[in-house]
Amino acid sequence: MLKSGLTSASSFNSPAMRSSFLFFIVLILFLGFSKSSQALAPENESCLKCHTHQTITFHNTLTKREDKRLMNPLYILDKDHFASGVHAKFKCIDCHSADYSKYPHNAELKLEPLSTCLDCHGGDAKYAAYQFEKIDLEFQKSVHFQKSGDSFTCSKCHNQHYYQAKSRNSSEVGDIVKFSNEMCMSCHSNNSKFQLISDKLKPALSQIHEWLPNQELHFLNVRCIECHTQVVDSLSVSHNILPKEKALKNCVECHSKNSMLEASLYKYKNLQSRSKIGKLNSIIKNKSYVIGAYQNIWLNYISILILILALAGISIHVIARIIKK
Amino acid sequence: MNSENKIYFYPVWLRIWHGINALGILVLIFTGINMQYATPGFKLMDFELAVNLHNIAGILVSANYLIFVFGNLRTSNHKFYRIKLKGLYKRLRLQVEYYTTGLFRNQDAPFPLSEKRKFNPMQKVSYLLVMYLFVPGLVITGLGLLFPELIIENVYQVSGIFLTAVLHASLGFLVSIFLIVHLYVASIGKHPINNFKSILNGYHDLNGH
Repeated sequence: MLKSGLTSASSFNSPAMRSSFLFFIVLILFLGFSKSSQALAPENESCLKCHTHQTITFHNTLTKREDKRLMNPLYILDKDHFASGVHAKFKCIDCHSADYSKYPHNAELKLEPLSTCLDCHGGDAKYAAYQFEKIDLEFQKSVHFQKSGDSFTCSKCHNQHYYQAKSRNSSEVGDIVKFSNEMCMSCHSNNSKFQLISDKLKPALSQIHEWLPNQELHFLNVRCIECHTQVVDSLSVSHNILPKEKALKNCVECHSKNSMLEASLYKYKNLQSRSKIGKLNSIIKNKSYVIGAYQNIWLNYISILILILALAGISIHVIARIIKK
Repeated sequence: MNSENKIYFYPVWLRIWHGINALGILVLIFTGINMQYATPGFKLMDFELAVNLHNIAGILVSANYLIFVFGNLRTSNHKFYRIKLKGLYKRLRLQVEYYTTGLFRNQDAPFPLSEKRKFNPMQKVSYLLVMYLFVPGLVITGLGLLFPELIIENVYQVSGIFLTAVLHASLGFLVSIFLIVHLYVASIGKHPINNFKSILNGYHDLNGH
């Protein structure tokens, strides 16, 4: 029956078929739309009731009235964004104090130290591939830790609520670049956040990168960390952010056959594509082109052959001219 | 050597165009090779300098190309490029035979130059290819790479910038090969230096061939 329903227009037009088709569409839409909220832990509902809205309404026990006030924008969570992050399934109180379940929240709760990433991720066999301990060691060498010490927590860059393991899972280099650079930009293009760890104003990025040709193209296609970190082969993403004096300024490190990008930005892409679509495809399907880093072996051979033939032809002609003179 | 044996083949505008083009293309080839093949251990010049010089020379050669196009349109010089397809293969064969055998037997050139004929058939074909296909192709792809936001992002899933860049490098290579052969063929004559003098002073010496 199903087969005839799919192949024959007349049976599709039957009311029964139409209604089941409609039901199917509604089901798909329902599943699609409900996916994000389903991914969140149901226990979070009472928190998210306020922390995803611009305003909150509560019963003021002193005035005995219903009060509607603006929510502090810093504490408003983007629910869909949270649902797409790595910690989507977490309960709020997995990291925040359970005492937050009371409202108004006790002011002292803000002073309570939050768990750090390593409290959960350190020594966990499930996350061994991510090498959190090694990341921590590398990070401690970085200019961020050297200048600010422990107050520069992982979350300064990696927003726990929204973080996604892009460089590991995305197959789009542009996606990886955007996500990574937004982490840097969250402070380096925002003076108030920048001044959390510095007394100075943030430097004007386009000005200090004036030496870089095609600046905008570079900013869109490579990550800040390409030049501003020390690449460690065994780590997926290098975490030793160098002081600006030590940043890479040699174009040829990337713009050459053995481009450094192969070991950094394209590392995961290379690993994935080698197994899935082959090296040639992975090169061609890249959205960007790095001068000098792309050298097709066949084009190289053909051009050398043409050059040799031209030079050989000329040499023979020269010899013949000399002999016949 | 009397003046009757000299033809004023290369007017001033043409010599200016040729001079700028020659120097510009030499810079483009040198910097282009440096950008395509440099490695941290080997480089002909600073990469950043090569990029800047390549951009400047590219813009200069592109603007200069307009002198070539408009110069040909406004003067009778374009007549020398006219090519008749009928019998072209035979004429090309005669010219190739002259360069490979006739020249060494002191035979006369099959297409001697005159007021009406500035180029032999081989020159016509190669100059047409280079000046009306390769160079415009390089100018267009080069401008595309200079302003990448103009390039179509994807052509059937293949990066537009990637295609443009490979085409640009390939055409650049073909022009480099043309330059080598062009310089060599220019040295064929009674005295190897004659043609080089002509393109500087404008006069082609018929006795020099």
